Amino acid sequence: MTSSLDVSGSLRNRLMLTLIGGAAVLAILLFFAVRNYAVLVAQQGQDNILAASATSMLDAATIRDGFVELDLPYSAFSMLSTSADDRVFYAILQDGEFLSGYQDLTFSENQTFQSDELRGSTVRMISASRTLIGANNRTEIQIVIAQTQDALSETLDQISRNAAFLGIGFFALAAALSFWATSVTIGQLGKLTSSVTLRGPQDLSPFTKPVPREMVPLVSSLNSLMGRLDHSLSQSEDFIAEAAHRVRTPLATVRSYAEATLQRVDKEENREAMRSMVKAIDESSRAAGQLLDHAMITFRADHLERDDIDLVELVRDLVQRMTPIADMKDLTLSLQGDERVLCSGDPVLIQNALRNLIDNAMKYGPAESSIEITVSDTPRVHIKICDHGRGFPTEEIENLTARFQRGANAKDTVGSGLGLTIARDVAIAHGGEIKLENQPEGGACVTFSL
Amino acid sequence: MRYFLTLVFVCLCHSSWAQEWEDREVFNQAGAATTLRIISSTDTELFAPLVEAFVTRNSDIAVEYLVTGTADIDKRFRETPEAFDIAISSAMDLQLKLANDGYALTLETLSHPAWAQWRQSLFAFTSEPAAIVINRDAFAGLPIPQTRQDLIETMRARPDTFQGRIGTYDVRRSGLGYLFATQDARASETFWRLMEVMGGLDAKLYCCSSDMIDDLSDGKIVVAYNVLGSYAQAHADGQNSLHIILPSDFPTTMMRTALVSLATKKPAAAQQFVEFLVTYQPNSPDSTPALPPLRDLEVGPEGATIVLEPALMTFLDTLKRSKFISEWENALIQN
Repeated sequence: MTSSLDVSGSLRNRLMLTLIGGAAVLAILLFFAVRNYAVLVAQQGQDNILAASATSMLDAATIRDGFVELDLPYSAFSMLSTSADDRVFYAILQDGEFLSGYQDLTFSENQTFQSDELRGSTVRMISASRTLIGANNRTEIQIVIAQTQDALSETLDQISRNAAFLGIGFFALAAALSFWATSVTIGQLGKLTSSVTLRGPQDLSPFTKPVPREMVPLVSSLNSLMGRLDHSLSQSEDFIAEAAHRVRTPLATVRSYAEATLQRVDKEENREAMRSMVKAIDESSRAAGQLLDHAMITFRADHLERDDIDLVELVRDLVQRMTPIADMKDLTLSLQGDERVLCSGDPVLIQNALRNLIDNAMKYGPAESSIEITVSDTPRVHIKICDHGRGFPTEEIENLTARFQRGANAKDTVGSGLGLTIARDVAIAHGGEIKLENQPEGGACVTFSL
Repeated sequence: MRYFLTLVFVCLCHSSWAQEWEDREVFNQAGAATTLRIISSTDTELFAPLVEAFVTRNSDIAVEYLVTGTADIDKRFRETPEAFDIAISSAMDLQLKLANDGYALTLETLSHPAWAQWRQSLFAFTSEPAAIVINRDAFAGLPIPQTRQDLIETMRARPDTFQGRIGTYDVRRSGLGYLFATQDARASETFWRLMEVMGGLDAKLYCCSSDMIDDLSDGKIVVAYNVLGSYAQAHADGQNSLHIILPSDFPTTMMRTALVSLATKKPAAAQQFVEFLVTYQPNSPDSTPALPPLRDLEVGPEGATIVLEPALMTFLDTLKRSKFISEWENALIQN
């Protein structure tokens, strides 16, 4: 049944891919966020130093006798020293006229900071100005300072490397967490699956263990499906039992009429027909009885009531009751084994199962033979019933306990195929099993263990 | 007096005229495939052992060694950077500005301590302090001055002895002299007092260390201020009359630097030479007048060694320079 299921994708893979993909996207976003922020901070650092340098230069400007003097402070350039020995360019302008420094340094924009290309390098530039007021003139001094960005890019490379490590670490951690989260989530489905798988074949009761909220619809549908299945199964069992019951009573009436008629008929061919008729009626009523038994067992096995019983006494009682039937077929029932075997179980069910097994043995055992019934509690509680008949067909020995299954060599014998099934169901309901085997010297043995 | 002094510079510093050299020598001329053209401020006499050691190890490379003043190196190098493979100068500020302005080739594979190189393109290979060199004879019976302050007091006490017999760099013409003067001025006000005293005594101004030491040896002057210790040592070895004083108040130490021209056609040979330069240590410094080796940065209260940093460009600014020069002239040229 499972092999024909159409598999479309995997929830686990889909969940893992989504989570890990999400983690990858987040890791990349993290890398760029950290890097961009670092660029901003590092650039701000350089800008601050450039601004400080420009300020200290402007502070050194004075007007003396109408002429501008600019006594550049040593610290103005000293503070621009970097680990990568960045190049520094500067220009001093008075009212837009070049005074000193690098003449090729031009500042185009009307803003404080600007990035540009100068002498083959990317530079960061600052422009600052100050108005000097003399005795009878005003003049504006502008300072432009440019610095290459080697140290900055070294720092950024380092930060990028660290950010990449951070991203990879984050990704690895997130991937591990995704794996774990997926396993835990999918594990709930696995738990449900195994609890379904581990159920006995008769168990159609609803699931009562707590399940995650998301699985409630699935489990309640499953419960409702099983409820309906249980209901329809018990309905059909009821139907069969009812039908068997209804058939059995008229059959008994028909049998007694047939018996009576047999006494009155003289012609041999008619008598023969009447005998066949009685035999067929017996077969039908026996089948109906077994169907009833089976229905009863199914019901009782579901609600097993255990009593403390002495198995030897139970079997002895059964043997006593069956001895008249055995006598009619010239069979002896011999009870062997321990004096007392105590166990707990449903006496009605066990008796029913054993009666079916002894019945089977009597059916197949040849006349003038004996049927040995052994009750023992070693190595576990069991009852062994052996006959001297033809034995089980070896190739079918595994399947004989199935319902309505009869041995290939039993066509000539009256039977419904329910006897072994009933015995097996009772054994399983008690936590035991039923074992079929052939004796080496001939004859079949059935071991019914609890 | 000013005219007379000018005349003296012209005579002493004739080499600063274009296409003329203080000295020119070719090493290993025979059978060399490559010729490195090196422009340098170091006297051939001092530098020759080093170049000879180099061409002995690299017989396929010849070296054309050209000597001129530090300011002239800067001027010529900026005019025709392709004409020279290597520039070696004691003027750290000018060299740093050359590198900053993009004239220097970056030698990525050359391993040198961070404090002794700049941008992997400017490499320091000597540590040379600025010294006060005196003629011992003139100080007979006088205590040898150990600081600038001592020197000021000695000169003030005996103006007759020192009148016209003091020598120092003309910072307007010598790049190294300007570097020493500006660093001294940064370190202490004593420098300006010293300049005023020297100006009052009609100090002679020189373009180059060697000329100053020659005059000192000849007895034309008795005190030379801010002379390169290495040059003085080379002379003092032969003459007992010269005495070298490393002022103990604040020392000023310069590092001689080399850079490879960005426009060089022989970058491999040039790098080989610079690598040799920074790793070479003379085996017997007593026998050959060699350059003093690089010493680790002495971080004293004043910062003994001039640091290779962009701040060296401060005094090269035209406004700053003209202001400094005019102050210097006011102090030193009083007549």
